[in-house]
Amino acid sequence: MESVISVPVLLPLLAAGVKLAIGGRLRRLQSLISVVTLAVTVVVSMLLLVEVDAHGPMVTSLGGWPAPLGICLVADRLSTLMLVVSSSVTLCVMAYSVVNAYADQEHDAPMAIFHPAFLVMIAGVADAFLSGDLFNLFVAFEMLLSGSYVLLTFGGTLSRIRAGATYTVMGLASSMLFLFALAIVYAATGTLSIAQLAVRFATLDVHVKLLVELTLLLTFAIKAAIFPMSAWLPDSYPTAPAPATAVFAGLLTKVGVYSIIRLEALLFPGGPVATLLMYVALATMLVGVLGAVAQTDIKRMLSFTLVSHIGYMVFGVALSTVQGLAGAVFYVVHHITVQTSLFLVTGLIERRTGSTSVNRLGGLMRATPLIAVLFFVPAMNLSGIPPMSGFLGKLALVQAGLSEGGPLPLTLVAAGLVTSLLTLYAVAKVWGKAFWRAPQGGPAGAVVESDESTGADAIVTTTAMPAPLLGATAALVALGLSFTVLAGPLSSLAERTAGELMARDPYISAVLGRGM
Amino acid sequence: MSIALLPLAASGTLIATGVTLLLERSLVRVLAGVIVLGNGINLLIVTAGGDAGSPPLLGRFEPERMADPLPQAMVLTAIVITLGVSAFLLAMVHRSWQLTGSDEVQDDTEDRRVRLRARRGELVDAVRARREAYRRLVAEQRAELAGLGTEHARHAQGAQDAQERAQRKRLRARQRESRREMRQAIRAERERQALAIDPELEGDD
Repeated sequence: MESVISVPVLLPLLAAGVKLAIGGRLRRLQSLISVVTLAVTVVVSMLLLVEVDAHGPMVTSLGGWPAPLGICLVADRLSTLMLVVSSSVTLCVMAYSVVNAYADQEHDAPMAIFHPAFLVMIAGVADAFLSGDLFNLFVAFEMLLSGSYVLLTFGGTLSRIRAGATYTVMGLASSMLFLFALAIVYAATGTLSIAQLAVRFATLDVHVKLLVELTLLLTFAIKAAIFPMSAWLPDSYPTAPAPATAVFAGLLTKVGVYSIIRLEALLFPGGPVATLLMYVALATMLVGVLGAVAQTDIKRMLSFTLVSHIGYMVFGVALSTVQGLAGAVFYVVHHITVQTSLFLVTGLIERRTGSTSVNRLGGLMRATPLIAVLFFVPAMNLSGIPPMSGFLGKLALVQAGLSEGGPLPLTLVAAGLVTSLLTLYAVAKVWGKAFWRAPQGGPAGAVVESDESTGADAIVTTTAMPAPLLGATAALVALGLSFTVLAGPLSSLAERTAGELMARDPYISAVLGRGM
Repeated sequence: MSIALLPLAASGTLIATGVTLLLERSLVRVLAGVIVLGNGINLLIVTAGGDAGSPPLLGRFEPERMADPLPQAMVLTAIVITLGVSAFLLAMVHRSWQLTGSDEVQDDTEDRRVRLRARRGELVDAVRARREAYRRLVAEQRAELAGLGTEHARHAQGAQDAQERAQRKRLRARQRESRREMRQAIRAERERQALAIDPELEGDD
């Protein structure tokens, strides 16, 4: 049973290998492989979640080396919950991109490059969630980053190369920093197994501990796009192909957030860094959302709200209470789904009109009511309109902040509410301009001005919207809505997850054995 | 365990060099920086593994005197990863060179927006200055015409009449001409201004 843990990592990698070997041929079989691989991953993750929730964390040692020496994969509530959400979301996105490629008659390239890169990235994400070893976490980051480098510069157009340069250099810098942190950790403790580190850090000199913690935190903060290190995100994400942007926005930053949760809860509980995280969360929320308000391009606006809402999760982690962590976990689950679906819908808009700039769009409500609904629902969800999950997540965090008390948490609660309001303003601006106002000359939903002069990629626009394309997006939107219906079980699961994280012992003793 | 100073100093130098290069704008320099930085950090990891010892091969050497094999395994992995990413970066440098003829990282959208806003400010000033000049010109020409009119009134009539009329005509034509030029200049400024509003439209200059 334990070895099943490695399936979410190994299966996509294997599929990527097979696809690379097949190349551009057998397109039907190829799309089948992708979808089936991800569907199996979803099922396995769900099984793991049920199992882990009932019987505590599970561990598998890779290569047969016992835990503290060899590399192990650990499945606990947090990692399996993240796995379930991430694999469900990627399944929808994969279905979307398969249909997209079919509908646009794109040959060879998507199958031969896009899918393997996508699968490697997903394997990296799963590995990051499951890794029980810091070095393996580094390798996981490299896997998902290499996949994302390829996806981001897909096609090699001017704008993508420009964005890719920023993204790749940022990725490299953070990887180097991570490697540097690993060197310090190993020099200080002589191990990289997370469970063993949790034990050994307790006896470590305070100053060394702080240095290690800050270096690791900086690394993960770059990945999670937390304020002073967030400038790269809105510049690189919007240029990528729509399905890639959707997964980047949904998952890659959350891997950073996940790592921060692990770091703060398991390795450095109750450290002095929590206060720093509070300030950082405050700045991230406000700076991000102010950036979003200023944007006229939907994708850029969404990227800024992405940065801003990472602040909520960091706030939950910084509270370092069970309530706060539970709020953060719930918010991560909600945000992965909603942000991904918003980017997918933006992809639909771009496909329909050839533009994502609100200055050039108009009358989409009349032209494509279905897309309008698909945009409206997650947009309201993002800004936290009751009774959707965005509201519930924010409510949980606000309650956690209020019960903590003190000037700083209360300031953050206020900032969170302001951010929520400004998010609503930002999405309402897009809604008003792109969907509600009268079409700007030309037929409804048409592009007002030609995009030719930008030298950007020529986009094939079409009014044909294959049903599966809309279906994949609608499934994701429905998943986001279902968190409202399932809010009870989900929030109690989030609380159990937070309880397990704060207790620390289940994770440590599962890896090291009861005796340690 | 004694601290080996030389490897640490070497790794410090390499890391410092790498970081400096990483901050450059040219992607080739960034690539060199990544490679140097990677080597520096790998050296640091090996140093973190403790004292040198015999090769970690089971059955051939005594386990007590072996070097720590774990950092070596990690460094090998890190080297391979750095190699792969360097290859990707190199491909990107090549593509960038194909497209733009240089390997410099270009300004991002927000930077361009700020620059365009500054330029828009300059253009607004330029238009204002031109309009001011136009207004002055019109006033001057009106004054000139008026002066001609009074002169005409003083020198009653006669043979000069026809000559004066011709003179007046020429003056009017000249005035029209200069006003048209001025209007054209203002229109051109306005168009450039409109272009400067949208960063995506203008692109790079």
